[in-house]
Amino acid sequence: MKALRNYIDKIKPNFQKGGKFEKLHSTFDAFETFLFVPNKVTTGGAHIRDAVDMKRTMALVVLAMVPALLFGVWNTGHQHFLALGEVKTFWPVFWYGFLQVFPIIVVSYVTGLGIEFAFAQVRGHEVNEGFLVTGMLIPLVVPVDVPLWMVAVATAFAVIIGKEVFGGTGMNILNPALTARAFLFFAYPAEMSGDKVWIAGLKNGVALDGFSGETILAQAAVGKTAFTNGLDKIYTTADMFFGTIPGSIGETSTLAILIGAAILIFTGIGSWKIMSSVFAGGLFMGLILNLFAINTYMEIPAWEHLMLGGFAFGAVFMATDPVTAAQTEKGKYIYGFLVGILAILVRVLNPAYPEGMMLAILLMNVFAPLIDHYVVEANIKRRLKRVKANVKEV
Amino acid sequence: MSNVIKIRKGLNINLKGKAEKIFVKAPSSETYAVKPTDFHGLLPKLTVEIGQEVKAGTALFHDKNRPEIVFVSPVSGVVKNINRGERRRILEVVVEKSFGEIGYESFDRGNPLEMSRETVISNILKSGLWPSIRQRPYDIIANPADEPKSVFISAFDTAPLAPDYDLMVKESGREFQTGIDALTRLTKGKIHLNIHAEYPASQVFTNATNVQINKFIGPHPSGNVGVQIHHIDPVNKGDVVWFLSPQDVIAIGRLFLNGIYDASWIVALCGSEVLKPRYYKLLKGHCISNLVQDNLTENCHRFISGNVLTGTKIEQNGYLGYYDSQVTVIPEGSHYELLGWAMPGLKKYSAGRTFFSWLAPGKEYAPDTNLNGGHRSLVMTGQYEKVFPMDIYPMQLIKAIIIEDIDLMEKLGIYEVSPEDFALCEFICTSKTEIQSLVRKGLDLMIKEMN
Repeated sequence: MKALRNYIDKIKPNFQKGGKFEKLHSTFDAFETFLFVPNKVTTGGAHIRDAVDMKRTMALVVLAMVPALLFGVWNTGHQHFLALGEVKTFWPVFWYGFLQVFPIIVVSYVTGLGIEFAFAQVRGHEVNEGFLVTGMLIPLVVPVDVPLWMVAVATAFAVIIGKEVFGGTGMNILNPALTARAFLFFAYPAEMSGDKVWIAGLKNGVALDGFSGETILAQAAVGKTAFTNGLDKIYTTADMFFGTIPGSIGETSTLAILIGAAILIFTGIGSWKIMSSVFAGGLFMGLILNLFAINTYMEIPAWEHLMLGGFAFGAVFMATDPVTAAQTEKGKYIYGFLVGILAILVRVLNPAYPEGMMLAILLMNVFAPLIDHYVVEANIKRRLKRVKANVKEV
Repeated sequence: MSNVIKIRKGLNINLKGKAEKIFVKAPSSETYAVKPTDFHGLLPKLTVEIGQEVKAGTALFHDKNRPEIVFVSPVSGVVKNINRGERRRILEVVVEKSFGEIGYESFDRGNPLEMSRETVISNILKSGLWPSIRQRPYDIIANPADEPKSVFISAFDTAPLAPDYDLMVKESGREFQTGIDALTRLTKGKIHLNIHAEYPASQVFTNATNVQINKFIGPHPSGNVGVQIHHIDPVNKGDVVWFLSPQDVIAIGRLFLNGIYDASWIVALCGSEVLKPRYYKLLKGHCISNLVQDNLTENCHRFISGNVLTGTKIEQNGYLGYYDSQVTVIPEGSHYELLGWAMPGLKKYSAGRTFFSWLAPGKEYAPDTNLNGGHRSLVMTGQYEKVFPMDIYPMQLIKAIIIEDIDLMEKLGIYEVSPEDFALCEFICTSKTEIQSLVRKGLDLMIKEMN
């Protein structure tokens, strides 16, 4: 440890002002602070500080995503071999999934971090840790067969247009990972929807004859009442909950996502207010649709909606992004509830979009400042009323 | 009167090194100092020279803009030094104490209840006790030309390792009441004396007359006078509320009883690095070196006049701050930690549960001064709100201050807050934002704008 520290101290001057590699200052700083919590002390104000910092926070969010990731890796293999009609043991299935998913993660991180480092350097500030989360979110919300170059393009788009043009981490309006997904969805619809993209290999025709890889939502959209997998086996509620269904890599297992939610809520990083109100909103809208059901899609039980598509994943990992969500505590309830309502509304009533979560969150990202505005305005009015009440007394 | 105001939001930080309830009469220090930097926004004008003899109560300097506000020597002796900082700013006026009994300037004495408001004010002003009365808005020395709508005294402190006020006032019931009587002349409104509801407060407080006693319950910052004002008699635009500490009330009482400026003061020496944390009886402006001598662990220390959240960093031979009734010594934290952000962190204190220290609730911690991370943009939300018990949106107010939007700051309640109210926000901030200095900046901006 000492040796490593000494080495870093030795090369540090090269990266500081006037050093040989001054231009790589931000990069050096990022790696140095990754290895060592800096020796910086407080100067005034609060002399002691909470042990938590941005690195810890972001690392925990990534950790919360790990169950969904691991399950997604396994499910990728599982769905693939299901389509092939082969039965394999756990490890080959997992290994196959790993080979499919790992490159997407690498591409997402390399592209995104590369751009982040470059921007930090140009702007002369530290590299923010926010992308550690975004870089993991992007692979989890794309279909497994998405071409890698598309992941790279979408990540670059999300980081530059979604984040850096607004001033970087903390200033963006839209969730960067969803921006990447929306970009893919509208720019390359063929690779992002349909019944061939959700299962690895299906696009290239490596499957049993007549095997169909539609997601449950796609089946619901065409009016099916019983949802089946490619082999015409009916999906049970357990399948939906545990996630052995086709879908984006990380979104299928409600259980894995709930484990992540538990980590986020327990550590106090994710807002339980947003999560619970998204689910409440979804349930509420689902019940209304059930009540006025005029087609089979509207008849899907409200609670089943919460386990389908990207609803749970969006509620736990996307809607809760503190930068793009509502920032006032009251606003968070309103914001979350509206995300839930819109997601189900778009999903069920708009034939153009089989899934509504992405658009619901992006839309509410845009409206979050407005919600906050009214919440804060109410506070201001309360304060003014207090003055008036005082004047009356006198 | 008996209704208890419940503060739900906040955080008690449990630190090692609480002062034992043992009084020690501190050996008198060789030198005493009055620090103009303790009084925010003050432009000091010296009225003494080096070498001049002074008594306890002799003015050392006054406020350039309000010459009637004088700052006096706590002891009799000789002006030894005038320490200056950048651009010749006066940092400390040091007085070397003469041997033997302290010689006092004499001031008017008498029953303040029989005096006019003007007499009371002028007596407090002359004696140099006026600076102990501060005001909201802006958290600065009160303006004697104003008439406050009420006066607040917080009779308990909830800050980390806070001293026990009950102990400090125990033997000064008469002085305290006389001080209260003097304060009643200053306002047509009420004198609010706020005590903690959970444990029985000293009889000095509960038997006080001419005051309204309010009870509070809840974690820090329920002892902050700003929080109390907010819940009892909030400061709107144009309002002025004055506040002072119980020890200052006693000092005012002594002035009217004895006709002298008696700078006696009780201080808790505390913190994880103090071997024998105790209470000391001394005089304001005491040099801490003889308190900490042979009383420290082997370590690199941070000496703080005040508590760990709002105090001022001083040197080992520095002087006690004017408003501070505790001195805290904690370890300096200028060290690197390998992958510290990824460690389980059983010994790390965090308000959330991001480190495994949540496994040991109620444990006492000995945190150092390390920032525990780097400065980042504001990302997390909902953190400040958990420790900010006012009907004010802290994050929005801070952002309004950053963009210097005076109008918005006013609407969001800048008049009600002071930097200390944001101390816990600063403590828990994941982005390590210097919130207290930001709030101070905002208040300064308002002062400039309003005058």
